[in-house]
Amino acid sequence: MKNKIFLTLIASVISCLWLSQGVMAAKGIYIPLFTYRTGPFAGSGIPNANGMSDYLNMLNERDGGIGGVPLIVEECETGYNTKKGVECYEKVKPNNPVVINPYSTGITLQLIPKSPVDKIPVHSMAYGLSAAADGSVFPWVFNYPSTYWNQASAIIKYIGYQEGGMSNLKGKKIGFIFLESGYGREPIPLFEELSAELGYELFTIPVAFKESQNQSSHWLKVRKEKPDWMIMWGWGVMNPTAIKEATRIKFNMEKFVGVWWSGGEDDARPAGKAAKGYKSSNFHGIGTNYPAIQDILKYIVDKGKSQVKDRSRVGENFYMRGVFNSVLVAEAIRTAQGKYGNRVITSAEMRWGMENLNLTSARLAEIGLPGFANPIKVTCDDHANNGPIYIQQWNGTSWERVSGWINSMDRVRPMLEKAAADYKAKNSVPDRTIPCS
Amino acid sequence: MFYREAGQFKSSYVADQELFPVKQDRLGIFLIIGFSFIVIPLIANDYWLQAILIPFLIFSLAALGLNLLTGYAGQLSLGTGGFMAVGAYSCYKLVTVFPETNVILLILLSGFISAGVGLIFGIPSLRIKGFYLAVATLAAQFFFEWLFGRVKWFYNYNDSGAIEVQVRKVFDIAVTGPVATTQARYMVVLCIVTVLALIAVNIVRGRIGRAWMAIRDMDIAAELIGIRPLTTKLIAFAISSYYAGVAGALYVFTYLGSAEVEVFDINISFEILFMIIIGGLGSISGAFFGAAFIVLIPILITNLPLILGIPINTATVEHFNFMILGALIVLFLIFEPHGLAKIWSILREKLRVWPFPY
Repeated sequence: MKNKIFLTLIASVISCLWLSQGVMAAKGIYIPLFTYRTGPFAGSGIPNANGMSDYLNMLNERDGGIGGVPLIVEECETGYNTKKGVECYEKVKPNNPVVINPYSTGITLQLIPKSPVDKIPVHSMAYGLSAAADGSVFPWVFNYPSTYWNQASAIIKYIGYQEGGMSNLKGKKIGFIFLESGYGREPIPLFEELSAELGYELFTIPVAFKESQNQSSHWLKVRKEKPDWMIMWGWGVMNPTAIKEATRIKFNMEKFVGVWWSGGEDDARPAGKAAKGYKSSNFHGIGTNYPAIQDILKYIVDKGKSQVKDRSRVGENFYMRGVFNSVLVAEAIRTAQGKYGNRVITSAEMRWGMENLNLTSARLAEIGLPGFANPIKVTCDDHANNGPIYIQQWNGTSWERVSGWINSMDRVRPMLEKAAADYKAKNSVPDRTIPCS
Repeated sequence: MFYREAGQFKSSYVADQELFPVKQDRLGIFLIIGFSFIVIPLIANDYWLQAILIPFLIFSLAALGLNLLTGYAGQLSLGTGGFMAVGAYSCYKLVTVFPETNVILLILLSGFISAGVGLIFGIPSLRIKGFYLAVATLAAQFFFEWLFGRVKWFYNYNDSGAIEVQVRKVFDIAVTGPVATTQARYMVVLCIVTVLALIAVNIVRGRIGRAWMAIRDMDIAAELIGIRPLTTKLIAFAISSYYAGVAGALYVFTYLGSAEVEVFDINISFEILFMIIIGGLGSISGAFFGAAFIVLIPILITNLPLILGIPINTATVEHFNFMILGALIVLFLIFEPHGLAKIWSILREKLRVWPFPY
């Protein structure tokens, strides 16, 4: 008898699950957000997810959506796990999403080949496959405002400036510590090429994910090698550990530069005052001194509609990155609406909107984010915008901007094109048929 | 009443040696196979095929492989993820080297490479048992994670460091790559899993399977009655790795579509071990039950609040997921340590005597 009840229960739940697919009616623009508020990278994932959903929800609350069309924002938890990403993607697909923000390099790599087939654009904002910058090979994938290679070259440039000129890099020793994954390995070819040209010595230290919380041996090696500069491509729990270990071996923190994903408040804070001087790159502003952020506080956070528990965490670096991601999505929707009218746009129209996105300084000021980021202009060929970065420095309690915008090197674009051509050849990607403009 | 085999007389050796000697079992299997081959592709949507059924079948296959090794031959292994990675990467290499060859054939072939590797890592099993062997197989896991992450040749020097699945056609129907329909991919997985599962049923009831069980139950006694531990254990490792390798190749080629070596980390080995423990050690159906449990329950828990319309944020659901799944595993093991397969056999006994229990 018990078994029967149990079986009936299972059967009914399964049939419910079956029926529930596609029940959700589309009465707005559906924007799924792949988030990871759980798992080993949750420390960076939570503020990011908060920023993303808060900005979009704020647009709903304040303006009633975009162009009068409400936004349906739905989170899907991936835990940064590729397998769950597949499930999320299949789950959101029937609801006609306008764009997918995968928020994981692994999930992005999976979705890249699917995007032209399913006709859903993928926006991997400053992560994912760098080669996707080539719009002629990847019409459905966007990674503006910048790519890892752009950033890597800009960091080398910054180090060059600090040393008093690129020619002074000769004979210098630069260490590169990275999370051992596709993400971490990606800039190595660029560093190697630049090393041959500029004459600095490069040594690399891979940190396996399992070891990311125990890096004493890695930093022992750093101490032995005595590099002039250290660059880090870390993520999640690897970042605070590396920063702590660096302070332990008394490495000069002024000469330790992290990637833009290693620049969270929570990355530097655990090492406390000792981490003072640590630098990381960034491509957007931080802090709450923007009208749009004030609106988020007013319409969302203060009304208890945000998942942010602590008001003071609004405005932190990764929160703002989430906001920026949503700004880019919202502006692309606006661009698309400008052409197709203020209605629920399709994913193909969204693709057009993303490709024709032109986020000027004036426009940034208009949406309440003056000076928040460098202007972004996406074109048919260039989906990455080759955006510049700036360097921020930890002062013991918060980040301070310490440089102007640093452009990436010109050599990066041909490298990206070569990588895209390589991908195209290996995976027999068909030629682009979508017309530009 | 439902499961009474009374009246089913076997009048020939052939009938007596049938794969499923009880008529009801036979019928049930045919129904399940028929349902999954004909009805499911017709009615299931992409979500069901891609997010639920394909991973379920692939994990069943991997669990089946591990169950042959751990459940039947008694050799504890934590290297399943590593062997799956071998299958996936060798399939990728084979597909890129022989672009014209039938991809299904290559998936099946890549299992042999995995089997060869399994053979090598099975050698320590001749001298060590139990936890010590688990450590030795753990070495396989870490070694392959390291190898496929470090040596660029394995991923064809891709900048992304990931292996990417190209479009491959069988009889002019794309079965792998982005343009392959989920139905096509499901059918490929289903065919391979069905055939391999039937082969497994055959293996375990034959000479090899009996030798495995003898070694598992008492290796000294098995040796005394003339079973050679060397060949028996190594065969177990090879066949088990073959299954794992094919599962790994399917995992990347029909499910993920692109993979970094991180997807084959130690967690996947543990997950598959949980599957066979929950499903039932030493049982073919147990592998399927276990895979269903581990793959489907989290999906069910994640979707349940959505269906019932409970407003709850996704992170909380995810935390609940961990807790509920953990609690369920513990409860199942307390109430039925022999796994879901045992529950099924108890149920079968009950159905047999129903409506007149003892």
